[in-house]
Amino acid sequence: MFASLAPVIVGAAGLVAASLFLFGLLRMSSPVTAPSGIRVAGVGMAVAVLASFLYAANVDAAAQPHLLVNIALAVVALTLGGGLAWRSGRTVAMTAMPQMVALYNGMGGGAAAAIAAVELLGVKTTGATALAVTLVGALIGAVSLSGSLIAWAKLDGVIEHPLRVKGQQAINGLVMAVSVAIGGWIVCAGAGVVEPVVALPTLIYAFFGCALVFGVLMTLPIGGADMPVVISIYNAFTGLAVGLEGYVLQNPALMIAGMVVGAAGLLLTLLMARAMNRSVGNVVFTRFGVAPGTRKQGAIQGSLKPMAPGDAGIAMRYASSVIIVPGYGLAVAQGQQKLFEFVKLLQAGGVRVRFAVHPVAGRMPGQMDVLLAEAGVPYDAIFQLEDINGDFPDTDVALIIGANDVVNPAARTDKSSPIYGMPILDADKAKKVFVVKRGEGKGYAGVVNTLFYADNCSMVYGDAQAVLVQMIEAVKSLGLPVAA
Amino acid sequence: MHTAIDITGLVALYIFVLAAFAGWVIIGRVPAILHTPLMSGSNFVHGIVVVGGVYALLGASTVQEQAIGFFAVLLGAGNAAGGYAVTDRMLAMFQAPVARTGQGNRSARVKHLHAKKH
Repeated sequence: MFASLAPVIVGAAGLVAASLFLFGLLRMSSPVTAPSGIRVAGVGMAVAVLASFLYAANVDAAAQPHLLVNIALAVVALTLGGGLAWRSGRTVAMTAMPQMVALYNGMGGGAAAAIAAVELLGVKTTGATALAVTLVGALIGAVSLSGSLIAWAKLDGVIEHPLRVKGQQAINGLVMAVSVAIGGWIVCAGAGVVEPVVALPTLIYAFFGCALVFGVLMTLPIGGADMPVVISIYNAFTGLAVGLEGYVLQNPALMIAGMVVGAAGLLLTLLMARAMNRSVGNVVFTRFGVAPGTRKQGAIQGSLKPMAPGDAGIAMRYASSVIIVPGYGLAVAQGQQKLFEFVKLLQAGGVRVRFAVHPVAGRMPGQMDVLLAEAGVPYDAIFQLEDINGDFPDTDVALIIGANDVVNPAARTDKSSPIYGMPILDADKAKKVFVVKRGEGKGYAGVVNTLFYADNCSMVYGDAQAVLVQMIEAVKSLGLPVAA
Repeated sequence: MHTAIDITGLVALYIFVLAAFAGWVIIGRVPAILHTPLMSGSNFVHGIVVVGGVYALLGASTVQEQAIGFFAVLLGAGNAAGGYAVTDRMLAMFQAPVARTGQGNRSARVKHLHAKKH
């Protein structure tokens, strides 16, 4: 009786989970309802995980003797994996969020690949279609696992420079072709069309090996500023892998959740690529910045004009409107708290201050928004590119902190520039521009920023946090009355 | 092991296509300011893979299957728990416009967010 009821309960729990996931994501469309959205989705997850233990009522005869051990193992794995990840997620610094999300995402891909491995090695999946789906899911999951781990290492600073070798794409293509060929061989062998020649487990191990290597090779050459696209792609990959393994396990909750995330990841990937005016393939196959120095730059007029942080701070205090453009440099310097402290000083003096965020500023979609939110900036002060770009000409000061390529006017005017056509923030159109920057280096794209040489632009050199501290002191030392 | 539902090829395609449309439409509504929590939130959602891991582990009959199944549950649980923890933390920080005065106390801010809903 219970054995026939258990699958129904598991199925119902899956339906509840899938519905709550969708409802939770729906609530994420506004900052006001979003916190309840994740909690709703969390309830769905708890229901599905608890119900999954009812699978114990229907295990095969072969697994019966191991059932108690397996249940204990599952509880240990849940507590250990869940506990460790929970602790890290609760304590990680907001500036480290991109690598953390990459890591969790890789774990999901790895889990999908591991499920496929159990199915394949235990010969639990039969039939060409099911085998093929298992293998495709395994391939995507494994690539997502190793690729996300490399992305994590890059974002965390473990790997410092993009690794590019000659013939990279040929090597990548070859490894990919080999994994697909082995996968095809496994499907054909499973369908009885061909003899496996080597033992099936060996083929399966080789298949996973190639897939993992491909993920590493694919991610190594990709540079830091392309990370928003890469993280989005791997998010989509893991979703897809989970969805496909859900089909193999005949579990619609996994199919729905996986495919929803797959579509979401794809949408974000396209949005990010569009914000850089590049195709997704162009990012993944890294044709960008491969040969810096071979491109000819447009002639640069003007000179770099350094300015003391205090002077820049005081100039902004006397302005009537300021737009701040934050970039990855702000995150590196952990300067978001000081920035908002400075902004509050300006606001107390009656200056209108707004933030302009470029879609690909930072290392993952929306990273700047989260940093500003952490510092306490209310979300109605944060504007996206299309909403604020028209306001720069009427603005007294544009303050650029740790951003570079996203404000380079060459993207508008210089057809020879590699970033030509990329939508940028028109900070150069403000009456005065202050650029807070660590040194005279170029941006990620290796392109000279003509804005820095413009007549209305001054350079404030230094670490963003240190510069902001000096700006705050300078404005405070004025001792001006505070506007009501 | 058998499940309550039997999904054949074409039905699976129906589910995949409809779910993909739902994901595309729902995510398309999310404003750019919430893109990071959205990403970690959808990251959390694919943590449902842990259910598949439990299925694989409970049905394991060899040490090899137990080991890989354990690994699947471990990673899946990490995906789900980590994804939830970071998303919840980030979303609690997004501050309502009116709460501009009296910064610093996050719980006060969150309370304010809740108050605003009613």
